[in-house]
Amino acid sequence: MIVGEIEIDEQIGEVGRILDEKQKARGILIHVLHQIQEDNSYLPEDALRKLSRNIGIPLSEIYSVASFYKMFHFKPRGKKVVKVCMGTACYVRGSKKVLGMLENEFGVKTGETTQDLAMTLETVGCVGCCGLAPVSTINEEVVGEIIGEKRLQNLARRIKED
Amino acid sequence: MNRFSGIQDLKQFREKLVHDLFNPRKNTIQVCCGLPCSTLGSHRVATELEKEIQRSGIEVEVVKTGCQGLCQRGPVMQIRPHGYFYQRVGAEKAGEIISSTYAAGIPVRNLLYKDSFMDKPKEKLEDIPFYSKQVKIALRNTGYIDPFNISHYIAVGGYSASEKMFSLMNPEKIIEEIKKSNLRGRGGAGFPAGVKWAHTRGAPGRVKMVIANGDEGDPGAFMDRSIMEGDPHSLLEGMLICAYAIDAHFGFIYVRHEYPLAIKTLKKAIHQAEELGLLGKNILGTGFDFTVSIKEGAGAFVCGEATALVASLEGRRGFPHARPPRVSEPGGGPWGYPSNLNNVETYACVAPIIENGADWFLGIGTTGSPGTKVFSLAGKVKNTGLVEVPMGITLREIVFDIGGGIIGNKQFKAVQTGGPSGGCIPQQHLDLPVDFDSLWKVGSIMGSGGMVVMDEDDCMVDVSKFFLSFTQAESCGKCPPCRVGTHQMLQILEKITSGKGEEGDIERLEELGHLVQRGSLCGLGQSAPNPVLTTIRYFREEYEEHIRDKYCRAHVCNLGIFIVDHEECILCGLCKQACSFDAVKETRRSFFIDRDYCTKCRACYSVCPVNAIKITRTLYERLEEELKIPSEQLEVIERRRKMTLKDILESRPYEIVSIRKGSTIADAVRLMSEKNVSGLFVVDENNKLVSVFTERDIVRCVFDNMQITDTIEHLEMREIATFEPSTEVSTAISIASRKKIRHLPVVEGDKIIGMITFRDLVSYLLPEICYMADTMY
Repeated sequence: MIVGEIEIDEQIGEVGRILDEKQKARGILIHVLHQIQEDNSYLPEDALRKLSRNIGIPLSEIYSVASFYKMFHFKPRGKKVVKVCMGTACYVRGSKKVLGMLENEFGVKTGETTQDLAMTLETVGCVGCCGLAPVSTINEEVVGEIIGEKRLQNLARRIKED
Repeated sequence: MNRFSGIQDLKQFREKLVHDLFNPRKNTIQVCCGLPCSTLGSHRVATELEKEIQRSGIEVEVVKTGCQGLCQRGPVMQIRPHGYFYQRVGAEKAGEIISSTYAAGIPVRNLLYKDSFMDKPKEKLEDIPFYSKQVKIALRNTGYIDPFNISHYIAVGGYSASEKMFSLMNPEKIIEEIKKSNLRGRGGAGFPAGVKWAHTRGAPGRVKMVIANGDEGDPGAFMDRSIMEGDPHSLLEGMLICAYAIDAHFGFIYVRHEYPLAIKTLKKAIHQAEELGLLGKNILGTGFDFTVSIKEGAGAFVCGEATALVASLEGRRGFPHARPPRVSEPGGGPWGYPSNLNNVETYACVAPIIENGADWFLGIGTTGSPGTKVFSLAGKVKNTGLVEVPMGITLREIVFDIGGGIIGNKQFKAVQTGGPSGGCIPQQHLDLPVDFDSLWKVGSIMGSGGMVVMDEDDCMVDVSKFFLSFTQAESCGKCPPCRVGTHQMLQILEKITSGKGEEGDIERLEELGHLVQRGSLCGLGQSAPNPVLTTIRYFREEYEEHIRDKYCRAHVCNLGIFIVDHEECILCGLCKQACSFDAVKETRRSFFIDRDYCTKCRACYSVCPVNAIKITRTLYERLEEELKIPSEQLEVIERRRKMTLKDILESRPYEIVSIRKGSTIADAVRLMSEKNVSGLFVVDENNKLVSVFTERDIVRCVFDNMQITDTIEHLEMREIATFEPSTEVSTAISIASRKKIRHLPVVEGDKIIGMITFRDLVSYLLPEICYMADTMY
């Protein structure tokens, strides 16, 4: 999104009628951060600076909010973001193995991105797909029942292919 | 569709729809397009079905529904009007479904549900135990209607509770009804919703808000997601009723950002409802305004807590704050406006209560907790998925009847309820009727409804460590008891699971746990020690085993000793290949693990195809204590003790070389030279062993001046010592050295089995000797 063109009133909706300007700007902050991240895959500093000027919230406070939430990132991320589900159901069905395999295969630790920005490895609390545990997501796509060597290799292959 | 200007419009619209859409004779295929089924390809199945329908010319409607529950068997679908239930449907089956089911009226047999391949297939949904025990209130439409189409919801009676409310009931009456129904908050704590509503209504201030908590962060829970994705209007209608009751005009649904489909579905649903005048300004011409907007979370578990959720809603860091003020009080809700916050599932239960009355609701479930509860059943059960059961059902029924029992018929160990805030319930409480109060009594909580089943392969210490590491990572850091306490507890658990546990650790954990419970600011911290405390309560012996014996009975923690069970070992050598540390050593006929090199990485354990690698309790360590022999040597002694002459014979190819007793010495010498052996069996006419002729005998012949043409019989026959194949090597060695013989004939009854020489014994023992030398120096 273009940070310069934020329509605060439009974004906040009907409830804006009872809020003052500051509250409205705050109210849309998390939503706007999501959109910036969607466009850039992370939160670039200059975009945040611009945002700060436009909606009148100090940069430090924007960082304060953004750094609280796990979903916001301040470093560029890979083209494919692979999230290994570490929910209870996945955990008891062996998500540790999946994570270990991916760490070995791509030479990255959890939370890191490969040198060529091809993939980022992350864990997630639960994707709500416990029936197919253990699961992982590649960007939006969900891969389920990653049990056994063959399925593990398949997952790695799917991440590598374009 | 036009905007409804009054209640009458909605009624007429519904009547028309019922006839068009849900005619009981109409051909409909309800394809589950919930996330798990979609992952397994249900959208492709639906597309194929539509193509096939066009080709065949049979009139069938394909409805893409929300989650139908039995995720494990996805993609699933229901066939109407026949009522068949198909599971594991591949896209290639589309043709068969249309041609046999609709053209011929016969179910496709290989798509029907079966408990196991031996069982008779079950044609209908009602016959399947997974479904037959369920009672659906919150999930009444999930898996039945198309969530993207408001007409479907209206056609199955949606918004008729709103109709009743606007035409017959005033806000007080609504609150009274909800209070009477004793609907308790489905988010975990079980606080009566009616009381909360009354409290918010009574709060001073003109502006009030309704908030739905869809920040379902519990790992292993996906109930709210299924409702939001499968039947968004039931949530919206529940919120509308609440708004009317407390006189609120603004509503928020706080949804996790990890649920993009739920956000999409809800947005569409809100849009459709606003178009029809069921939300927004002047709803159904009654003059009541209520707008709903969606607020996305950003991945913070603590935001499921009411006050933290409010902070996040306002766009601040999701820190909880001390109560009062509660969310329902001035200063507590978003921007200070008193608000009513309930879980998604609670709102979904509201419309049926208003429609059918509180008495109907009270008739379901138990006295203290009426109604039903949605559980996401996951873990080691055969049928995982979404279930809605009446309160008061026993855990056994959920796990074994609905869930179908444990995968691989393993031993049930515990069921974990309530996610990271809940606890583990052991076998002895399997017959516990499930409701808010009973679970509380056994140390767990209902929670939002995650239910993860664990079997004998799960280590309870590891599981509690898993939950604690989750809450520790998700602790917002505001208050020290939670921030520091969970960290300390986690470190103790790390110590225990890595084999460095000390006496007193369990007590320390308990003490810290109680401190964290008492001292934390919000529900997250107060409940964080629950998994640890309940596992200590019910599985204390597992903790003790980890600490005292350094052993994990579930073989999850890297504790215990790895050995090769030689009886089960098939000598494939995979373990040797798998070991990165050269800890698997090979002897002539066996593998063993050198414990000096073993890092307990489990590579051999997981690679062994016949499970011959055993992780044993520190049996040797106990022997070591009693016998004062180093445990490494005990292993060698153990192995040597078990070795027999048969083992040696089978370790190499061998041939029985025998000679008749009438043969000459020259023949014997030639034979020995030809076969390259140092001893011969001397047999009589009946092939019965008479003696042995060895190199030693040639020396004697020369010394006695015998001719090489003399027969062997002329030699002075010695009394020979024979050995049974089962003789242990150590016994054989001591007999042989006492009798001063170097050739050991092995016989079984009259049958000659083979000859063992001293050299065989030495070469067989060589690796053992090297190993001993290794361990000694």
